[in-house]
Amino acid sequence: MQATVALTVTRYRPERESEPTFQTYEVPFRKDWVVLDALNHIKDNLDGSLSYRWSCRMGVCGSCGMKVNGIPKLTCAAFLSDDLPGPVRVEPLDYFPIIRDLVVDLTDFMRKLTKVKPWIIRKEERPLAEGEYLQTPDQLDAYKQFSMCINCMLCYSACPIYGLEPSFIGPAVIALAQRYNMDSRDQGAAERLEILSGHDGIWQCTFVGECTKVCPKHVDPAGAIQQYKLTGAAHWVKSLLLPWGTR
Amino acid sequence: MSAEPHYTPYHPRWYRRRVSVWWWLQNPSYAGFVLRELTSVFVAIFAAVYLWQLRALVRGPEAYADFLDRLETPPFLLLHAVAFLFVLFHAVTWFHLAPKAVVVRLSGKRVPDWVIVGLNYAAWLLLSAGVAFILLRD
Repeated sequence: MQATVALTVTRYRPERESEPTFQTYEVPFRKDWVVLDALNHIKDNLDGSLSYRWSCRMGVCGSCGMKVNGIPKLTCAAFLSDDLPGPVRVEPLDYFPIIRDLVVDLTDFMRKLTKVKPWIIRKEERPLAEGEYLQTPDQLDAYKQFSMCINCMLCYSACPIYGLEPSFIGPAVIALAQRYNMDSRDQGAAERLEILSGHDGIWQCTFVGECTKVCPKHVDPAGAIQQYKLTGAAHWVKSLLLPWGTR
Repeated sequence: MSAEPHYTPYHPRWYRRRVSVWWWLQNPSYAGFVLRELTSVFVAIFAAVYLWQLRALVRGPEAYADFLDRLETPPFLLLHAVAFLFVLFHAVTWFHLAPKAVVVRLSGKRVPDWVIVGLNYAAWLLLSAGVAFILLRD
């Protein structure tokens, strides 16, 4: 077993460099180490100036998404042993502006997310005294998969359409909109339709399918988008045939 | 819809990367995707040849014989061979993508992906058999 592994990491220090460069660090190789452990080792022992985001270390928080050897991954779930003998290339997620080193700016996503109203919308809220909204296991199943999204942005980094058309609302936003559309307690599908079927919505997607492949939580955003294309197309046909019926 | 797209405000120190013209060569599945999109060109060529065939048919037996002769020339044979491969690729890739778009629930359970893909192949075989039957019967 090799004793060390090389990590080639993107560095971008805006006060010093006009564009990103790479820096290589030699870190101890341990079978149970993930890329995030190696980055933490660098930060603690080799170079305290390296910047990156992380929090939970267990694939829940969605902060530590980076490109590992060209593929968007949660670095807390990317084992060094999968990329032997190295070097392991660690880069910031694609298509987002780089703030520093491996840290990207996610404002664009946050803005788009609020547009699709990712919360339960009721036409009329039931009085508290009438109790909770009940749901059967089947009704839960209908949307549960989409609710697993942790906003890690791997799907955006894997989507060339988002890179080429930055106004595209993107895979996670559509999957999260579907999470509420498919919820039996929600009545807001019509309010989300305008954004989802609009110019920057589902029809920008040409079904590359990489978003689903890189998703660490098996949300299947590509599936959400294609399924919504059927809904959107059906709604359009209905509005042609029965202009009064879709109000 | 508020028509104004919202972009992140310009921040001179943030580094914005351009998407390379060669982005589709960075990853084999991107190349596969571009290839799949390109198949539509050959599907269109196929359709155009059929329209041309119809026109020849309308113009009478002589024009139709001319058309058939033209089809037997090497450029047309090559075109058809290439187009056939692309159309095959088109059909197979879309069959395998179908379960993403078609979610069927039977008694509360989602029908597994391989059933949807299998039904597509079955329909293809059935239709091909039907066409073969019409063409080959005497």
